[in-house]
Amino acid sequence: MHLALFLIFAAFCLAGAINLLLQTHPINSALSLIVVMSSLAVLYLLLGAEFLAAAQIIVYAGAVMVLFTFVVMLLNVGEEEKTHGSKVAKLIGFPAAVVILGVIATIIIEAQKHLGRVALGDQVTTTQDLSRVLFHELLLPFEVTSVLILIAILGAVALARKEGHS
Amino acid sequence: MHVPSSWYLILSALLFTLGVVGFLIKRSLITVFMSIELMLNAVNLSFVTFAHEWHAVKGQIFVFFVMMVAAAEAAVGLAIIIAIFRARGTLNVDQIDLMKL
Repeated sequence: MHLALFLIFAAFCLAGAINLLLQTHPINSALSLIVVMSSLAVLYLLLGAEFLAAAQIIVYAGAVMVLFTFVVMLLNVGEEEKTHGSKVAKLIGFPAAVVILGVIATIIIEAQKHLGRVALGDQVTTTQDLSRVLFHELLLPFEVTSVLILIAILGAVALARKEGHS
Repeated sequence: MHVPSSWYLILSALLFTLGVVGFLIKRSLITVFMSIELMLNAVNLSFVTFAHEWHAVKGQIFVFFVMMVAAAEAAVGLAIIIAIFRARGTLNVDQIDLMKL
């Protein structure tokens, strides 16, 4: 059951990510990113992180992607123009991406014998456990983040405002 | 049925690499920004896997903070994209090569 769910949603994740790269219209890319994020929420549930699964759906697949689609529609972005990028990016960038994947995968496969297995529902972190640590030990970072979000709101309004209305 | 933790980590590495490739090949500024979000999500999956592996709640809290910072970053980033579009009238990264607006 766990294996089947993992395989199905991992396939959804990869298909969405590859579709993001293949689509030329930004709105299609945005919709495939929503597929990736929703499938990741299911994988979080399989790993026993139920609060994070809900937060992933609400914050990422909901709020952040609504912002993206809103901006795509607001700017009326059309099809991507096919200009050829720099030669250096092609010559160095793609081997570098393959090397990144190779290095990470090699390290994971090397460390595989030290890593355990995941079974369905073997260790569920409830919202209660999470909030106990968050509000007892990490209260200061939590409050600082709220200040960060306030500054981000002000910055976004200041940046997106039309010039000449000051 | 059990799934090894390493499979989740491999999936995370694959998603991260796809994000890097997207960052390199996409020519629309907004899609490049989406690739960055994809990389953030891939790293979050690693965090949750290791939190499960070592029975550590703090790993999940770190993901929660990453989500909050990513939401703030998306708001500011999209505001910058709107400002660039207003100044240049294009979102093609090849034509946005000056720091000056």
